[in-house]
Amino acid sequence: MGNFLVWVVWVVAAFSCLGSGIAVISFANPFYSALALIGNLASLAVLYLLLAAEFVAAAQVLVYAGAVMVMFLFVIAYLGGQADAPWAGGPSVQSVAAIAAAAALLVEVIVVIGLAAGGDLSTAAQIPSSFGSPAAIGQAFLTDHLLAFELTSVVLLVAAVGGVILGHHARSGTTWGASSR
Amino acid sequence: MGGVEPVSGPNVAWYLALAAFLFATGMLGVLLRRSPLIVLLSLELMLNGANLALIAFSRQHGRLDGQVFALAVMAVAASEVVVGLGLIVAMARKKLTLDVDKLSTLRG
Repeated sequence: MGNFLVWVVWVVAAFSCLGSGIAVISFANPFYSALALIGNLASLAVLYLLLAAEFVAAAQVLVYAGAVMVMFLFVIAYLGGQADAPWAGGPSVQSVAAIAAAAALLVEVIVVIGLAAGGDLSTAAQIPSSFGSPAAIGQAFLTDHLLAFELTSVVLLVAAVGGVILGHHARSGTTWGASSR
Repeated sequence: MGGVEPVSGPNVAWYLALAAFLFATGMLGVLLRRSPLIVLLSLELMLNGANLALIAFSRQHGRLDGQVFALAVMAVAASEVVVGLGLIVAMARKKLTLDVDKLSTLRG
């Protein structure tokens, strides 16, 4: 019974994930694309919960669907969201090649995973109930993965500084190399 | 339930197939769309596909490393969005067309 319920939740989350993913790349207006991506992130958070990743699911909703997407929506609102019709002018050589490349990559990924993992995927490891809890993640971050944790903070700091510099130069109207002209 | 049973519902292969579809969808968006904003949104789709695969494998092996990696990917994605959106705003301020096919030189 519980198993059936999990399947139902999985199917709903998976289809809304796929549907909103396709919506992201097919809306002409970037504002709608961003809204579709929020739906995509929310359904992914449901899938993370099914995979016993509670903390990652919470971080997904807070960091991605919250902070990152709000910034996206602000920038799109600021730029006035120019619509670009994705399918205007019929299929060009470029779009046919893009679809072929994406399909080839999809087939490659599935074949490689199938060959490498094969039959191992049907049975998963036994996990304790604390698996994926904030305490367990925190312990992993501060013991085994301390270097990754510190490097992540450096990456975020550099990105913040870079964002400030880009915004500042844009505001004062000067850019690098402008003096040489 | 308490989480001590094997995966209830779909097994990890289903999650991986979904992750591969998500990644391919994102790649299609990156290759197909011309607006840099939607290219960035499609990049987020690709990163999330990879994240789903990481978390599925983490559940499969019963180790937390995949989830830690997924959180690091999330931080990298946030950094990428900050820099990418900063660049797009700077391009818009310089009155450049926001079309990745036309933005083919670094000088701007």
